[in-house]
Amino acid sequence: MSELTPPAPDSATLSVTNEPESIRTAEAQVVQAIERYHYPKASLFAIRLSLHEAMSNAFRHGHSKLPPHTPVRLTYHVKDQEVHLAIEDQGPGFKPENVPDPTLDENLERGSGRGLLLIRSYMAHAQYNDKGNRLEMVYVRPQAS
Amino acid sequence: MPSAESRVRVKRIDNVSQVEFVDRNILDEGNIQMIGEEISRLIDAEQSPRLLISFANVEHLSSAALGTLITINNRIRARSGQLRLANIDPQIYEVFVITRLNKLFQIHESTEEAMKSFT
Repeated sequence: MSELTPPAPDSATLSVTNEPESIRTAEAQVVQAIERYHYPKASLFAIRLSLHEAMSNAFRHGHSKLPPHTPVRLTYHVKDQEVHLAIEDQGPGFKPENVPDPTLDENLERGSGRGLLLIRSYMAHAQYNDKGNRLEMVYVRPQAS
Repeated sequence: MPSAESRVRVKRIDNVSQVEFVDRNILDEGNIQMIGEEISRLIDAEQSPRLLISFANVEHLSSAALGTLITINNRIRARSGQLRLANIDPQIYEVFVITRLNKLFQIHESTEEAMKSFT
């Protein structure tokens, strides 16, 4: 551990803007906190991808009509058996049930709409609030086989 | 000749353009757009493009990258070309399975196998 960089806390709330450096820094902080709990490599992959997809949706859809530097709020809490994540945007919200199923044959060649599918596949729990601007996700550590 | 900012490396072997990614993480939307533009230029430069995209160095990729792959696939099909994907890490292959895109793309274990599959 570098003496200059304090370790990522187990839980925090971060303000993230739609810039590569801001997104990378936030993802790296969450990943560093998770690594300390020795989650397997597959878990790190799943959580990082889900987090990235959730933030990407928040910026691309939630903030599509807002000024470009409007931040998204990311809250994370890493525990021994679970990782809790919440991503809240400042947009008008959306209805996740209106997103077409990208795995249907007729939608297979659509260019977008797969982020939420991936999140739901990897997370034990993924739920939007009623307004549709805050996604809460819980990842559960897989049982050792 | 790739520019200093090129996000892909391209080798031309047996009339196939073999594409590799410079980045281990294909997540950043700006990079994904650049990758799409670079590969589109390769496709448009040929009558019947034959393209092999290797994921050998790739550790992460986002759904936006999958969207770009679909665009590339459509562009190649429109020119009666062929696209093959190869060397995909098991975790990333799972992303293709979850999204059912393993049904859309021709995916091979290795560069050698992918090269043999071109007609």
